[in-house]
Amino acid sequence: MSILVDKNTRLLVQGITGREGMFHTKNSIEYGTNVVAGVTPGRGGETVLDVPIFNTVREAVRETGANVSVIYVPAGGAADAMLEASAAGIPLVVCITERVPVQDMMRVKNEFNARGTKLIGPNCPGLISPAQAKVGIIPGDICIPGPVGLVSRSGTLTYEVVDALTRQGNGQSTCVGIGGDPVRGLNFIEILELFQNDPETRAIITIGEIGGTDEEKAAAYIKAHVTKPVVAFIAGQTAPPGKRMGHAGAIIEGGTGTAEEKIKAFRSVGVPVARYPVECAELIAQVL
Amino acid sequence: MKLHEHQSKELFARYGIPTPKGKVAYDAETAREIAKQIGLPVVVKAQVLVGGRGKAGGVKLAKTADEVEEYAGVILGMQIKGLPVRKVLIDPAVSAQAEIYLGIVVDRAQGAPVMMASAAGGVEIEQVAQETPEKIKRETIDPVLGLQAYQARELGFGIGLDKKLVGEFAKIALALYRVFVDTDASLVEINPLFITTDGALIAADGKLVLDDSALDRHHDLEALRDADEENQAEREARTAGLSFVKLDGNIGCMVNGAGLAMATMDVIKFYGGEPANFLDIGGGAKADKVAAALRIILADPNVKAVLFNIFGGITRGDEVARGIVEALGQVKTNVPMVARIVGTNAEEGRRILADAHMQTAASLEEGAKLAVEIAKAN
Repeated sequence: MSILVDKNTRLLVQGITGREGMFHTKNSIEYGTNVVAGVTPGRGGETVLDVPIFNTVREAVRETGANVSVIYVPAGGAADAMLEASAAGIPLVVCITERVPVQDMMRVKNEFNARGTKLIGPNCPGLISPAQAKVGIIPGDICIPGPVGLVSRSGTLTYEVVDALTRQGNGQSTCVGIGGDPVRGLNFIEILELFQNDPETRAIITIGEIGGTDEEKAAAYIKAHVTKPVVAFIAGQTAPPGKRMGHAGAIIEGGTGTAEEKIKAFRSVGVPVARYPVECAELIAQVL
Repeated sequence: MKLHEHQSKELFARYGIPTPKGKVAYDAETAREIAKQIGLPVVVKAQVLVGGRGKAGGVKLAKTADEVEEYAGVILGMQIKGLPVRKVLIDPAVSAQAEIYLGIVVDRAQGAPVMMASAAGGVEIEQVAQETPEKIKRETIDPVLGLQAYQARELGFGIGLDKKLVGEFAKIALALYRVFVDTDASLVEINPLFITTDGALIAADGKLVLDDSALDRHHDLEALRDADEENQAEREARTAGLSFVKLDGNIGCMVNGAGLAMATMDVIKFYGGEPANFLDIGGGAKADKVAAALRIILADPNVKAVLFNIFGGITRGDEVARGIVEALGQVKTNVPMVARIVGTNAEEGRRILADAHMQTAASLEEGAKLAVEIAKAN
């Protein structure tokens, strides 16, 4: 088992003919992901990497039964792409694109909530269920299947921790990068709930960073609802207030969103917090 | 990106929000002329992109033309929180009986804009939120429907406005929401919104923060950017497509990925060092980008060592290493470098770097420890 994506995933790629889209689609296919369709308006009827291209998401869904969409289109068109996927009835949309304007995201989120469409991202590396499906840009060769669920606001920090887990021989059920933007789709809580209910996941790693209060909410949720062991890491202990640290959402504003508060919140509910990224793997080894 | 007070107020005025009819001066004599034109007394206000201008002495009431010239001269020579004051706004003085706060922020948790109003205007809203949170009224705005008039009225009545002023207040609130949407702002604020002694409302101060991710569709607003908002290194980094924040330590950091870049700083601190910067070079590590990043890091004379932390991922480790070596060819320096490369072909990458006389490390902890030792010895 795993969460969100698996052997039954029928993946649609929006923006498949772009440089990024094509490169990462090729990787996904080589990994064994079932990529069933691509969408690029105006290029319907062509094939790219042996994948049929459609003009619209609605047509692609009708013809191929795609049930997950991954978006690589540039920021200016990303909101439109997300809304098109939701309107076509795709239940899970993963947006890799970064620099999507926040006001676009507020409208998209509103619409997704109304339709019940699940969104991962934007500004995220996507997700991978090792040996089953790779949706996005997480490198497949550092992952092995196993009992650890991972949810993270950072891409490369995810790779760092997954790599350490794999070298220890502890595989992953699913690794989910929820993205670094202030307004995004699924959050820690929704992913924690899915891991809690997934029988294969036996322990969970949450990787947070400065900005917002999602980690504090995650800590409260863990206390109330999660019985599986959880370990955490928070990036940005040395980040100065008022400065955006790369990710649009990674900023300490008006005194809230500090790493200190987040670490305290996790520790207060008995979640050990790693001092450096790969210590997550060491802490997980102790609880498995 | 932040706009100046005068730029924000000019935008507000275009949307029908009442603002004082002030003008900007770059020197004291012009300030005097403007004051004569618009009529004394006036307020001389430093235009600089930080809060706390009043406390720093950057806002003065001037009753005579001589005072205007004197105050403008002093303020134009000031630095406020490290930023030089290059222009002053000369606004006609308005006598107020009360000061209101009105603003719109992006509420991350709700994924929606929230309008906030308070009768306790004129001080920073964070301070009100901390000390007397009951004085702030909030309305969550449906991002599709937009702010509704009834919500604006609820806020007006909620903060105890005289019923005669609520209609005008709602008009201003609705206009402010249109500014927020049309400029793709992440924050817009009128603080204070004066209730004048004649019982009118006027925006005495204005603040607008634009969403950097949306500037591609607002070239007119991007043209208003103040070069002083960023220091030279930050500006060079932005032009090179790098994410950079200057810090006070002596270990330069070059990392791919924002989260990993923050974690790298944290690990340096954990081993007793101090990071000199945050720098995310993004995916891959092309020679030109690495060279640009290296120049920015080395422009800081405090830097005693540089730590590269590259998680290869999909980019191959040997390609990253070649990029770094090529960049080192472009940027001459004696500052010692430590490189930690992981991912596909990382061993080959480490060998290439060792041949180029760089110290290499297999883990972030090892790399950070080494960089801290070198910086201390240097």
